[in-house]
Amino acid sequence: MDASQRPQLEKKKVDINYLLKEAPREQHFITGAQAMAEAVKRANVDMAIAYPITPQSEVMHLVGDIYAQGHIKEYYRAEEELGTMSAIAGAARAGVRLFTATSGPGLLRGLEAIVSWSGHRVPAVLGILTRVVNAPLSIQPDNIEMAYMMHCGAVMLHAENQQDTFDYTLAAFAITEKVDVYIPVAVATEGFFVTHAKGYVDMFDEEYALNDFDPVAAPVPAMDNETPPARIQRDAPVQKSNFMSYLIHSVWQQEIWDSNKRAMKYIYEYLGGPIEVQNPEADVFVLGSGCAAAQCREAHRYAQEDGLSVGFVKVKAIRPFPTNEIRDALKNAKAVIVPEHNIIGWLCKEVKAAIPNGGIVVEGPRVYGGMTLPVELIMKEIHTALGLEYDLKL
Amino acid sequence: MTKRVTEGPAGYMPQSAPEMGVELAPEGSALLYGNVVTPEEAMRDAAIALLTRDNPTIFPGPQVLWDWKDDVAEKAAAILDLASEIPNCKIIPMPDYRPKYPKIDVKAEINPNHPNLTILDNRIKACVFVGVHCHYANLSLRMIRAGTDCYTTALCAYMGHEEAMASIRDLHASDIQKFKEIVIEERNKLGIEWETTLPPENPSLQKEDYSTLSPADYGEYRSLIMTKKGEHVTEVE
Repeated sequence: MDASQRPQLEKKKVDINYLLKEAPREQHFITGAQAMAEAVKRANVDMAIAYPITPQSEVMHLVGDIYAQGHIKEYYRAEEELGTMSAIAGAARAGVRLFTATSGPGLLRGLEAIVSWSGHRVPAVLGILTRVVNAPLSIQPDNIEMAYMMHCGAVMLHAENQQDTFDYTLAAFAITEKVDVYIPVAVATEGFFVTHAKGYVDMFDEEYALNDFDPVAAPVPAMDNETPPARIQRDAPVQKSNFMSYLIHSVWQQEIWDSNKRAMKYIYEYLGGPIEVQNPEADVFVLGSGCAAAQCREAHRYAQEDGLSVGFVKVKAIRPFPTNEIRDALKNAKAVIVPEHNIIGWLCKEVKAAIPNGGIVVEGPRVYGGMTLPVELIMKEIHTALGLEYDLKL
Repeated sequence: MTKRVTEGPAGYMPQSAPEMGVELAPEGSALLYGNVVTPEEAMRDAAIALLTRDNPTIFPGPQVLWDWKDDVAEKAAAILDLASEIPNCKIIPMPDYRPKYPKIDVKAEINPNHPNLTILDNRIKACVFVGVHCHYANLSLRMIRAGTDCYTTALCAYMGHEEAMASIRDLHASDIQKFKEIVIEERNKLGIEWETTLPPENPSLQKEDYSTLSPADYGEYRSLIMTKKGEHVTEVE
């Protein structure tokens, strides 16, 4: 049975602002994987394609369930991730709303296709449920793969918890489809720590769904063989590289990153901005994204209880990177501690590049390979930065 | 007003306008040299450029060249009205976005791969982009700013273009008519005598002769005009 014959559920189609800000919500206690799937359920997705990999498979299994329930028109398991991501690009040309997800090695296998999405102006949402990159083989959480994603033009959001995962995934569909953006949006969160752990998520009823995707409202022609302007092959200059000018390639690359930059105003509109700041007058800051932000938040709470001058910055958007916002938030900081779930410290590098006094950045603590990030490690760095003793006990 | 985006040539590999900090105008506003202004202000500046600079030209794109959506015919008619009021205005289409090889006919069309060739060869000093998909309009406007001294105007159905000297967003046929009225006003102020005259036929385009048309004329698109299996077409043009 093809997608057009499958029964679809009747839903109230509404604007993203209503969904995110006005629709009445009820609290649920669900995993991060469920939160992402529940967002997909409410996003009026036309098609999902994926290849399973731990810890993403939990999400896409649930997406398969909601497909069976009639929330999604079409869904299939591709042959592997390169096939998955290529199929997403193909489906985008037909003008449909798309979702896929992957993890660590799967992301890297699909990366050749993913890297071309922005240039092809593919409006898709990509879930990244982070995982160690081999070798040695491991399925445990570590967000090193996000470093590879950071330079391919896509918008990247990093969810701290189950609630963020729900809200960011929904917002991602709205952002990716804006005519002045129209590049993919990746929503990342930590595998297992978020995907397989339960947290409270305020969700609106599933009778509501995001308005239908309008494939004509696009910066490039959709491939609609019934509509004359769309008979034009969209990507001819990309595909016939030996005939295209160097200049168009360079301005095309500029356009991808300009589109990325334009996404910032929607991050403000839908997510309240790319960063969250607490105690802005503090001397020492803890700054983190994703799951590390949750641990930073907890360290900040401990520090408040101990009467220490510590502020907290959560980075929600990795791309576009909130350079100005972080520079402003840290303008009076004497030290910035950047805990991370990866060995290379990609967020630390970004923060150092963003501020004029990069020397105040403390590189770490970092954990990887599936290790947890104890708050005590962060407290130790806070005390060191404040010139205080700390008896680290783990 | 400080001009943040100006006529080029901006150089070999210039920064894009968004990289320079220019942001798209909010709803109800327009961009003029990278600054947010009223649509009328932007139209007036663009009108003066089209009236006072050499070889004003309108570049219509696919979205207004084919009658594919309810409001398009009205828009296209308004564009012809606008062109008729600009002395010696030409219309050179951007019908598609494929690279032209072995060589583009710069009298007949403009292409996003090398829009500067059409601008330079025709010595166009002021132009209007309308109905070009935003991605390709941005690429073209950026290259024109990089390599030519042409004043660019973008009439956009969506959110406008940072790269153009004047950018109008959320364009409807009524906005084009308003632009036309402003052109007439400014023309009268400048004392330019002109009788409403349609632009000349595109000299490079052959007259279409449907009596000799065959599927082969459609080249790689011929499959699109072939009937589908089981389909019986009774109405022909």
